[in-house]
Amino acid sequence: MAKAEIRDVDPLTDAGANRPTRARQKTSKGKQGVASKALIHLVLLVTSLIFLTPLAWMISTSLKPIEETMKQPPVWIPSHIFWGNYWDAITYGSATLGYIPFLVYARNTLIVCILVVAGTVASNSLVAYSFARLRWPGRDIAFAATLATMMVPFPVVMVPIFGLFRDLGWIGTYRPLWVPAWFGGAFSIFLLRQFFRTIPFELSEAAKLDGCSEWRIFKDVILPLSKPALAVVALFSFLATWNDFLGPLIYLLDQKTFTLSLGLQFYQSQHGGTQWNLLMAASTIVIAPIIVLFFFTQRVFIQGIALTGLKG
Amino acid sequence: MSSPRKSESRAGLLFASPWFLGFLVFLAYPLLASIYYSFCDYSVLKAPVWVGLSNYRELWRDDVFWITLKNTGVYALFALPLGVVVSLALALMLNAKVRGLAFYRTAIYIPSLVPLVSLAVLWLWMFNGEYGLVNVGLKHLGLGSPPWLSDPAWSKPALVVMSLWGLGNAVVIYLAGLQDVPQEMLEAAELDGARSWDKTRHVTLPMISPVILFNVIMGIIGTLQIFTVPYVMFPGGVPARSTYFYAMYLFDNAFRFHKMGYACAMGWIMFLIIFVLTMVSLRASEKSVHYGGS
Repeated sequence: MAKAEIRDVDPLTDAGANRPTRARQKTSKGKQGVASKALIHLVLLVTSLIFLTPLAWMISTSLKPIEETMKQPPVWIPSHIFWGNYWDAITYGSATLGYIPFLVYARNTLIVCILVVAGTVASNSLVAYSFARLRWPGRDIAFAATLATMMVPFPVVMVPIFGLFRDLGWIGTYRPLWVPAWFGGAFSIFLLRQFFRTIPFELSEAAKLDGCSEWRIFKDVILPLSKPALAVVALFSFLATWNDFLGPLIYLLDQKTFTLSLGLQFYQSQHGGTQWNLLMAASTIVIAPIIVLFFFTQRVFIQGIALTGLKG
Repeated sequence: MSSPRKSESRAGLLFASPWFLGFLVFLAYPLLASIYYSFCDYSVLKAPVWVGLSNYRELWRDDVFWITLKNTGVYALFALPLGVVVSLALALMLNAKVRGLAFYRTAIYIPSLVPLVSLAVLWLWMFNGEYGLVNVGLKHLGLGSPPWLSDPAWSKPALVVMSLWGLGNAVVIYLAGLQDVPQEMLEAAELDGARSWDKTRHVTLPMISPVILFNVIMGIIGTLQIFTVPYVMFPGGVPARSTYFYAMYLFDNAFRFHKMGYACAMGWIMFLIIFVLTMVSLRASEKSVHYGGS
């Protein structure tokens, strides 16, 4: 399948480019792209199906009884929909597999996510406002330094940060996972600053003439106009926290405090390689909320990704 | 300095103060401490003891260090260029005005949302030697069934395939760049008799070259730190250490072997490599990257 994917996509740079030329020479404007369009359709359709297959297979496996996961040729539609896998993944209490409390993991993950999102939005909007719309000595140098921090790989600072949290007695708690979010981060600062700068400065001037303080201007003028950018920052920090594995792996000790990502890894390391239907049910539980969130916030997503890539 | 100016400065510093604090505590201090530790013998239980360059000397002689460095380099050498070519090609196609774009775009983007641990678990099942869908499909096509997870020659290709599955994010970034290419420029090229491929090569690609550069640099930083997926799929870098990557060895040194100073030295070497590669791509791009007037 790997091969198929690459083979399907790679030639298209040639084919997609060459075909239309040939077509164009023969036909007049307007009709020229017919052949190349058909080809683009074909390649996109095949690629899309290939991209969706693993997810479809995951869901299919998650709804099968164990015997059917090993049938050859593979069964796509289970003989009967077997919801029990999900129930087992959520509440498994049997002596053989131990207790894998995915509902507890989900709750833990949500707690961390909420604290991180709140901190990210609160701290970064303040800092970005300062960088975008207030003048103070050294501001531009500080901003350049902020951008430079994006290049620092986490493994470089991992050990001292771990030591810091250990000295604070925070290992085994959620604090190492969410407290740093309340002190800003380069990526969100950058994103919000770019957005804040697009808001006309006359608005601030007018508010200032009316006797508004910077805090009031920030809170009553800028923030209400920046909801799309704030949504992007909130969404991205939510996703990053939901997905984070290294952080929980380093800081969490007790299985009852695990997040979904860490819990899924733990589950896989204990019972991987056999109970594929249960494992796929657990995987689906971790993935599904993200996909649902995506469908509800598609516009924010696309905007945000465009924002990050563009004015980079 | 007038007084409103002064109060603006004060407000500015006040608003930015969370970040100053965060910068000092979570970045400046750890960076300095990490340099210092890299010259120390430091485990969790004992205080750090200065040992000079001995960590770096030991790394130089450490076979595992070189193995993980090589593994990471080889993986990046395949995953990065393939990722750029495939995602750019997909973005170019998605930028054509064909029907069903919304579906194609969503289908290609969704896999990139999958959390890394789920990604690893899902592909363990996809690559399963006997019942995995990949080999079922390959067998069907008469292409045999490679032992993706148990043969050192196939484990890295498996990871490259997985990285391609998750490139939707890069595709959307390219797509956003493509939509910013001025229509007039393409039309002008067309009037000059440019063919489709010429337009792509001489107008579209130069116009989005800053986006490509951005994606390449992000790709370098991310790929060299690959950790979660191999950690979940190949504990300890099995088979035959073929998937033991740099960040995994660094993590093991810090938290399994408790050689914190050694881990910091590894961290700095990683930083140096990323820095050099970023500078090289910036330098190499100076001639080929086109920055528009905007």
